[in-house]
Amino acid sequence: MQIGIPLESLAEETRVAATPKSVAQLVKLGYKVAVETGAGAKASYPDEEYVSAGAEIVGRATAWACDVVVKINPPTEAEIAAMSQGATLVCLIAAPRSPQLLERLASRRLTVLAMDSVPRISRAQSLDVISSMANIGGYRAVIEAAHEFGSFFTGQVTAAGKVPPAKVFVSGAGVAGLAAIGTARALGAIVRATDIRAEVAEQVESMGADFVAVESGDQQQSADGYAKEASEAYAEAAAQMYAQQSKEVDIVITTALIPGRPAPRLITEEMVATMKPGSVVVDMAAGAGGNVAGSVADEVVTTANGVKIIGYTDLPSRLPTQASQLFATNIVNLMKLVTPNQDGQLVLDLNDVVQRSMAVVTAGEVTWPPPSVAVSIAPAPAAVPAVVAKPEPKPRDPRLMYGAMGVVGVLLLLLFWASPASLLSHFLVLALAVVIGYYVIGNVSHSLHTPLMSETNAISGIIVVGSLVGLQHAAPEGVVDWPILALSVAGVLLASINVFGGFTVTHRMLKMFRKG
Amino acid sequence: MSYSLQQGAFIIAGLLFILALAGLSKHETSQRGNVLGSIGMAAALVITILGTVLGRGGTEGVTVEAVSAPPAWMIAAILVPLAVGGVLGVVKARRVEMTGMPELIALFHSFVGLAAVLVGWVAYLEGDTTKLAAGELFVGVFIGAVTFTGSIIAYLKLSAKMNSKPLMLPHHNLINLAAVAAFLILTVVFVLVQGDNRPLGYVLLAVMTLISLALGLHLVASIGGGDMPVVVSMLNSYSGWAAAAAGFTLNNDLLIITGALVGSSGAYLRYIMCKAMNRNFISVIAGGFGSDGAVVGEAKDYGSHREISAPEAAELLKAASSVIITPGYGMAVAQAQGAVADLTAKLRALGVEVRFGIHPVAGRLPGHMNVLLAEAKVPYDIVLEMDEINDDFESTDVVLVIGANDTVNPAAQEDPTSPIAGMPVLEVWKAQQVIVFKRSMATGYAGVQNPLFFKPNAAMLFGDAKQRVEDIIKAL
Repeated sequence: MQIGIPLESLAEETRVAATPKSVAQLVKLGYKVAVETGAGAKASYPDEEYVSAGAEIVGRATAWACDVVVKINPPTEAEIAAMSQGATLVCLIAAPRSPQLLERLASRRLTVLAMDSVPRISRAQSLDVISSMANIGGYRAVIEAAHEFGSFFTGQVTAAGKVPPAKVFVSGAGVAGLAAIGTARALGAIVRATDIRAEVAEQVESMGADFVAVESGDQQQSADGYAKEASEAYAEAAAQMYAQQSKEVDIVITTALIPGRPAPRLITEEMVATMKPGSVVVDMAAGAGGNVAGSVADEVVTTANGVKIIGYTDLPSRLPTQASQLFATNIVNLMKLVTPNQDGQLVLDLNDVVQRSMAVVTAGEVTWPPPSVAVSIAPAPAAVPAVVAKPEPKPRDPRLMYGAMGVVGVLLLLLFWASPASLLSHFLVLALAVVIGYYVIGNVSHSLHTPLMSETNAISGIIVVGSLVGLQHAAPEGVVDWPILALSVAGVLLASINVFGGFTVTHRMLKMFRKG
Repeated sequence: MSYSLQQGAFIIAGLLFILALAGLSKHETSQRGNVLGSIGMAAALVITILGTVLGRGGTEGVTVEAVSAPPAWMIAAILVPLAVGGVLGVVKARRVEMTGMPELIALFHSFVGLAAVLVGWVAYLEGDTTKLAAGELFVGVFIGAVTFTGSIIAYLKLSAKMNSKPLMLPHHNLINLAAVAAFLILTVVFVLVQGDNRPLGYVLLAVMTLISLALGLHLVASIGGGDMPVVVSMLNSYSGWAAAAAGFTLNNDLLIITGALVGSSGAYLRYIMCKAMNRNFISVIAGGFGSDGAVVGEAKDYGSHREISAPEAAELLKAASSVIITPGYGMAVAQAQGAVADLTAKLRALGVEVRFGIHPVAGRLPGHMNVLLAEAKVPYDIVLEMDEINDDFESTDVVLVIGANDTVNPAAQEDPTSPIAGMPVLEVWKAQQVIVFKRSMATGYAGVQNPLFFKPNAAMLFGDAKQRVEDIIKAL
């Protein structure tokens, strides 16, 4: 089958759905790849590189007429018309917001795999473009903020005086939020973050930020991996916290999105008004209504008190090379999934949760929404008590231990009492040697346990002494006692194999160990 | 030959043996320890041979001078087996493959066991035994015989000359207990009758020897391949106790000291192995994992796994800044240690930090992986123990799991119902990316599925480990 990679028609779109590297991987899966002239130009992927990766450079019509068309943004009416009947389209659709588009695509008897309908299960992470784009967006949000911000992010002590580090507050610790935290930390800022899901506090802290919890009993655990709308009591407590943070920090980055609904309003006008002049707010949800009062999609707004509100919705496109590369890799992973025989034939398996969720239109039928998949990244609440209920091993009663030791001591004493003196001295030797052995062996390096065993093999060959002593009795009064002689000779033979073999092999092994 | 001279030499030999084992605490002192040990052995041998040839039996306080020149047959009876045994031992020790160390060590245990049996029999053949000595020699023969046949079975299983599956006779625990009970009864009877009725004594000794030989066979035959580190350590320990028992029979403190050292060494290793598998010793003896049918984890659906090709793995490794390799028994089976060492050298030359994480029960012998890697010339300071490296997985880019399964199974920590729950494992899944070298999706020794293979950051590289590692080297 042939995969077509058209040039994106949106004017501000700089990304491309395939890179030379991903083309090579698609070719390896058995596909032919046709790339429209100049498709990768804005992302710094010239046509020649696609050709050397095995693609064919074609015109617009040819790219759209392929069996499979892979692109970034939803298609325009003209583009839908250019597709051949029964073809497969892979791109972002925003299915919940575009019922007409889905109908239109279905009317062309197409199959559409929506890259933004990947279920949030761990197996599907490798094809989740929402995550990979959010990652880039979070990074870029910090870079944009730094661009508008009039000071350093990092604190410095210079000859011209001390510079305090910038304080950054990130709302929403999803992929974008975590990426923003990491980037701001890398620039040297002090970073705080919050999220409606308390379970992400650990992730926030692992990125080097402080987690700011909302002081309310009502915390969410998400079953499907996305945040939900919050209750009223929670919203009140959250508003208080946001107001407090707005007063304190220099940079605010909001990432709160709820699938299929307008973005929640987190930062009100009053909060913005309390911010310091020169502060920067990046509203990553500006395209979905905005988390911040006064944010305008795709614009930078400066408020009366000198706060800049950035509302760019094309943050991933502002890193076209990187974004294209991640998007293209997600596409390759999808194609691997739907090309089970690696023969260049796309086979959709609708019993697979991942493919079923992504297939928003199947052979001319709208198949959205998919049946709900419960996939929890949070531990199921029922599992928690089960873990807690696991009984802790009880510490042993010390009296019991002393009691047992006492009994053993008395028994030993009785045994020794009944033993002849010669045996006692042997017991003493045995006991001391066991104790010494225990401590000496306890110190042996774990990596030398095999040589330890062969060394003990060698020294336990000392039993040869027993057989040698036996030989003394092999000929009492000059008459050879054959059984004794034979058994003793055999004993000497066996034991000397151990002695010589054991020391030799130990030596051989120890010589192998060398320092790098 | 003076009794004091002989005993003095024995004391010195005993001290040198302790120093030999103490030397193994560090790599730097280990070779010196081995030399000291062999000096001790040489001293003990020379003084005993001289005593046998010249003194013909000195006892405490009496110095017996040689009454006549030693007969030639006696010198031959000492030197010929010594020389033959020495040559056999050295040749075997020189030739053995490092992957074959478990077998060799098991074989050596069996020799000590058999020698202890022979010493016990000789002691009884010599006649005029006291009740005390009779009991001692009976115990010595028992331990020796169990060690002998047990080690032979271990040898056969380890060298794959025998199926390593556990032999599951009905009531196998009862059989073991019955054998021990029979031994105890026979001991009492033997101690009581042996002085007055020597023919009956011989019969009792022979019956007991046969019972203990059978017990050794059955004991080890019932234990499966993956529990071999525990079994080999156990037999190591028994070979020590057998030598110590012979020391009691012969009133020889050097044998007691050495036996006790070896015995406690084996016992300690056994303890470490059991702890590393989160099993107690009794349950290992009582039967392998999955043997009672109930412990095999339910067939859970973990989703699907992801495959990776050798060139892709090479890309990942090239891009990584830190790599940890966790080998298991599969590496030894595939003889992949040389290829792994080459890969290590290559990656280190590219500036990648490569380390090894060794689980205590990886392989079929305590420390087996370390020896294999050392033979392949991997420097020992990048080969770390589980406890040393477990915290570092989180900051590691790529982990290569080569022929290991149960020792890297996250179910041990995540699934309290798993048969291996609570077993300490290498936390490889915390790394950015895990590549698992495996022949197929089959389960490991414990018979439990490994959720690691289905984690999103894990990828499977199927095929012969050695071949695949070589493919990666080629692609680098």
